[in-house]
Amino acid sequence: MKILVCISVVPDTTTKITFTENNTKFNEVGVQFIINPYDELALTKALEIAEANNGTVTAIHVGPANNDANLRKALAIGANDAVRIDKTAADAQDVAQEIAYYAKAENFDIILTGRESIDYNSGQVCGLIGALLNIPSINVVTKCEFNGNIASLERDIDGGREQITVKTPFVASAQKDLVVPRIPNMRGITAARTKPLIVLAATYDAILSIHQKYELPLPKASVKMIPAENAEELIRLLREEAKII
Amino acid sequence: MSVLVYIEVNNGEIKKSSLEASSYAASVAASLSKKCVAVILQSANNVEASLGKYGVEEIYQAQISGSLNPALYADAISEAAKESAANIVIISNTYTGKAISPRLAVKMDASICSNVLDLPTSTAPFMVKKGVFSGKAFAFVSLEKENKIIALTPNSIDLTIVNRTPIMKALQLPESQESSYEVSGQQLQTGAIPLTEAELVVSGGRGMKGPENWNLIEDLAKTLNAATACSKPVSDMEWRPHSEHVGQTGITIKPNLYIAIGISGAIQHLAGVSSSKVICVINKDSEAPFFKAADYGIVGDALEILPKLIAAAKLLS
Ligand SMILES: Cc1cc2nc3c(=O)[nH]c(=O)nc-3n(C[C@H](O)[C@H](O)[C@H](O)COP(=O)(O)OP(=O)(O)OC[C@H]3O[C@@H](n4cnc5c(N)ncnc54)[C@H](O)[C@@H]3O)c2cc1C
Ligand SMILES: Nc1ncnc2c1ncn2[C@@H]1O[C@H](COP(=O)(O)O)[C@@H](O)[C@H]1O
Repeated sequence: MKILVCISVVPDTTTKITFTENNTKFNEVGVQFIINPYDELALTKALEIAEANNGTVTAIHVGPANNDANLRKALAIGANDAVRIDKTAADAQDVAQEIAYYAKAENFDIILTGRESIDYNSGQVCGLIGALLNIPSINVVTKCEFNGNIASLERDIDGGREQITVKTPFVASAQKDLVVPRIPNMRGITAARTKPLIVLAATYDAILSIHQKYELPLPKASVKMIPAENAEELIRLLREEAKII
Repeated sequence: MSVLVYIEVNNGEIKKSSLEASSYAASVAASLSKKCVAVILQSANNVEASLGKYGVEEIYQAQISGSLNPALYADAISEAAKESAANIVIISNTYTGKAISPRLAVKMDASICSNVLDLPTSTAPFMVKKGVFSGKAFAFVSLEKENKIIALTPNSIDLTIVNRTPIMKALQLPESQESSYEVSGQQLQTGAIPLTEAELVVSGGRGMKGPENWNLIEDLAKTLNAATACSKPVSDMEWRPHSEHVGQTGITIKPNLYIAIGISGAIQHLAGVSSSKVICVINKDSEAPFFKAADYGIVGDALEILPKLIAAAKLLS
């Protein structure tokens, strides 16, 4: 079983977001970058499936060379090899085009992504890859079990959940609850140093969207405090002042 | 030429998020002098009246049997776009919408922008406001292709009443492709309001002490007709289901009202809720960071304050 895991590299969740160049660029100064939390779930699930089915796991990332450290981390967690497509991606479609082009030639049985990247929050890459490769796509997956080449999946739907069966090949996106993410151990870190990490040139050059400008939310006006003895007053204010209940 | 909106149905009713998408489509259509057209692929009550109210002029209707296979839905919506000569498609950024919209983008060779929070800021170039960094910032994104797909986050725009009488048309479904994808079961929470679409949300954190106290959260939510949510540790400890976990690694919501009870207001939590219109914080620690993001605050013990709020809310309803 050949499995591909898509790894997005994102600012650490504690990052205070700021922009530079007249609010047209994310300010990376002093920011620590991590593997997107949902992609750690996808990677761990891929390793579990590979272990049970005598398979291999390839980690792929579309991004610049400074992200190699996080690809090494994916190798330390247990991926067999890693691929980096050398390009700063413009959007989810750019990422998906590059990954689909690479995956097409490699005939993966399963492709896993995260539910969304916590930086650009698109939640698109899974479905885009599915459509580009003309294979089924299943997003926000919380369970995934195999019986031969048939997978039984569970996914979140709006206000509930749904069970799906599908044959390989397919692409799925990992939601919280899928697995408990693994962290690298010493042996993994040592092994990762000699595992292959290949760098490929980008192949897609169309521009579909442009992030023209960024903005931060306006700070809140000061908070109105209500004494605990008069807690009921909150309900009155919500009705009469804020007019929302 | 037209602007097409995809209508989602839940339990035979058109979803509110799809009414918002209709209103959005009508507004974009008006500013570009195009027709506002809807496509609906399941049967629902009151289709003509509810969509006409928000400005839909024409409705393509078909029935896809069985549950959602995103590929089939994308094919059908693309067919409706072809029939109605639509180059802009509006779709809700729900789990369902997110399953379909990327496939539709490929099918239509379109630019797509998801997590869109407002009407376009300009139509040439076509630019929309998108939430990024899980609620910590916004981006203004221009869609460069002739065909464009906008995935609109629920609760982002107000409904505008236009009152039209739409023309109904039957959509000829394209021949369905062979697929191994099969939905084998589905469970919908009944009664509860889906968190992603809720206008009012009552949320509890570790300060609620344990799952045994959640009846207070649920009572207040029920009285206000609100959905319930929680912080990450609460769902990690399995006091509440993961589907209620909001924040940077949970879901991002933007209800009209978010009441946070016994939640400290960590940056990862705030990321998911800070675009709520009004935020109320109840915390026994007056230094809790959440107060900085709040509109209303009460310092005190949640277990004592909640019964007072429930009683007061009951008097209103
Ligand atoms: C990678 C990463 C991702 C994360 N993602 C998320 C996320 O998506 N969502 C999220 O929520 N968190 C997330 N977190 C966790 C986040 O950092 C906080 O730890 C978490 O939000 C704290 O939850 P809490 O406020 O419920 O608990 P605590 O921080 O323990 O706060 C409890 C609060 O309750 C108050 N309190 C205690 N007793 C009472 C009482 N009787 N009455 C009233 N108030 C009381 C306390 O004063 C305190 O402020 C993430 C962390 C990391 C590292
Ligand atoms: N630059 C990237 N390289 C590789 N995979 C990515 C990249 N960006 C996003 N992905 C994958 O796509 C998922 C969804 O991302 P998005 O659609 O951008 O929210 C992520 O969780 C990753 O698995």
